[in-house]
Amino acid sequence: MKRRDLLGALAAAPLLPGCALPAAPDARGSGDLGVVVERSRGALALVDTSRRELLAEIGGLGDLSHASVVFSRDGGTAYVFGRDGALSKVNLLTRRVEKRLVQAGNSIGGAISQDGSLVAAQNYTPGGIKVFDARSLALVADIPAEHAPGKTSRVVGLADLPGQRFVFSLFDADAIWIADLSDRSRPGLVKLDGIGRQPYDALVTPDGRHYVAGLFGEDGLALVDLWDDVPSARRILAGYGRGEQALPVYKMPHLRGWAVAGRHAYLPAIGRHEVLVVDTASWQEVGRIAVAGQPVFVMAQPDGRQVWVNFAVPDYDHVQVIDTRSRRIVRTLSPGKAVLHMEFTPRGEAVWISSRDANRVSVIDTQRFETLATLDIFEPSGVFFTSRAARMGF
Amino acid sequence: MRRLGFLVALLASAPALAQGVAEGRSAELVRIVRQDCGSCHGMRLTGGLGPPLTREALAGKPVDALVATIVHGRPGTPMPAWRGLLSDAEATWIAEQLAGGFPEQRSARR
Repeated sequence: MKRRDLLGALAAAPLLPGCALPAAPDARGSGDLGVVVERSRGALALVDTSRRELLAEIGGLGDLSHASVVFSRDGGTAYVFGRDGALSKVNLLTRRVEKRLVQAGNSIGGAISQDGSLVAAQNYTPGGIKVFDARSLALVADIPAEHAPGKTSRVVGLADLPGQRFVFSLFDADAIWIADLSDRSRPGLVKLDGIGRQPYDALVTPDGRHYVAGLFGEDGLALVDLWDDVPSARRILAGYGRGEQALPVYKMPHLRGWAVAGRHAYLPAIGRHEVLVVDTASWQEVGRIAVAGQPVFVMAQPDGRQVWVNFAVPDYDHVQVIDTRSRRIVRTLSPGKAVLHMEFTPRGEAVWISSRDANRVSVIDTQRFETLATLDIFEPSGVFFTSRAARMGF
Repeated sequence: MRRLGFLVALLASAPALAQGVAEGRSAELVRIVRQDCGSCHGMRLTGGLGPPLTREALAGKPVDALVATIVHGRPGTPMPAWRGLLSDAEATWIAEQLAGGFPEQRSARR
């Protein structure tokens, strides 16, 4: 009896400060964690999306201009791809940089494989992708985007596919390549040439079936049906600019996987202040929506009810919200100067919007458009939540 | 030293003198180059989709050519014409600063 009391008392007692690891916070899940890139400080702001709070800053990550992040499937690890070619593995629970590797001279982003065991980086210099073991960051495969002898292309639009594959586009070679890492010792490679001029970014649909690459060098996009036995690329929305003089594109749009709401994809036009609406069953244009500037991110809420759009300089102080039933703009918000990115909470009740020049991230209710919270974060750019871990193409 | 270089640059490009670049605006231009040009060229100007714009990378390139690229863009590449957002004087100032090693953004050190 006495002994049981003693054990009970011990179990109930809070951990003595001397026993706890100094930097380890209380045990918690990772599903409502996220990071905001503070690019000029080379740091991540760790945030809690339930409490809408800044938890910590994790620094020492190098040049984070255009940094992007993918997550391990347990949501506890962030893989950060820096402009300086560094790949960093950050433990969000201990808040420590566990590994850091300079894998290229100039990097633009990355992806994580279907089973979470491989991480791939897409690089401009040297042009190509490199695949690493997600746990150790040991190099598994180096795939230079060598499209002609001695000539490598900058790689864009990298995405994970079912079957331990990665798909990516070659900006300088008008090509789409698919790397198969199902056998680590013998990576396979499928090359699709002549897909259209200057693919600048791409997305894979949420079901992993279609890969769509935006083209900078022509009016149109390239589409690959990845369920075909022998995949090929075909042009969709060819000539959407109808030969009109293109407006200057002061920032390249981003595609990734957000654009699909229900059966329609919402895609940024290039050189036009429009969002193009495409039926993903026929891949025909079914409408276009005039917006306030050159769209950069066109992102569907998780429920597909609304699509949120931000813009290139000089129109980047605004965010517009499209209602997908009426295909009308229902709101124009001004959350702070230089909106760079948006991210929805896992089920979409709120969107987090980074305003670089306002040094602020705003948490906005997606139904009522009220500002629920603001967080002081220095020159925030990308916002990435751990719920991406469970989504293909993220 | 930088101020002297700035004056020399202004004297060397007479058309730019007509409008000039005020002190407050120059800080803004530094921010625009680091942050907005940085989208493609990198915040540290070490390149990305756009080529590097470090002093070393631009060595031997005439400033006039840099100004022309900024003002008119590079057709066939993603480099847009910035004349809608920047005056000729501002483009000249930016080109001069790039050629000499671009200043850091002051706010970057909090």
